[in-house]
Amino acid sequence: MPILQSDLENCLSTAFPSGKIVVIDTAGDNDHYQVEITCTTFEGLSRIQQHQKVYAALKDYDIHALSIKTNYISGEFHE
Amino acid sequence: MSDARQQIDELVKGNDVVVFMKGTAAMPMCGFTATVIQILNQLSIPFKDVNVLIDPTLRQGVKDYTNWPTIPQLYVKGEFIGGCDIVREMFQNGELQTLLKQKQLLSDA
Repeated sequence: MPILQSDLENCLSTAFPSGKIVVIDTAGDNDHYQVEITCTTFEGLSRIQQHQKVYAALKDYDIHALSIKTNYISGEFHE
Repeated sequence: MSDARQQIDELVKGNDVVVFMKGTAAMPMCGFTATVIQILNQLSIPFKDVNVLIDPTLRQGVKDYTNWPTIPQLYVKGEFIGGCDIVREMFQNGELQTLLKQKQLLSDA
């Protein structure tokens, strides 16, 4: 089921309040998205665990194609 | 252990490299699947392809197996490595090649 880009952004912002979130609708159809999340909450987690957190945040949505990239920033350097 | 879980367990532990995918290695039915196949082919890594589209139990089963909601999924020597995004990222920064060398699946040459 398609999801509005704004809904997706809101959902991710709620799940990762301190994160920097970039959402791109790659096909312009609300059903193919690329998301990049940079957040301190990912620190110390494996990439698999980081993506699992993103999937968990989006578990109520069924997006046809979702590409995820996660990065962490160290808490020490986070403003 | 459920039948699906046991079947997946045997596939993952019985093959050095396994990809659960949509379609087959010869005919991928999804762009993400195609990307993973392309990366393994480029590294000349033989792998077992498991088409989840012909088996709904397996399709759901493999998602439950690793708590990972998407296909494709790459396993190396019994360990879940990731989906398309992670595999591509690891290939691009050389981590995947390092891992395969550590597992004696890729030569240093």
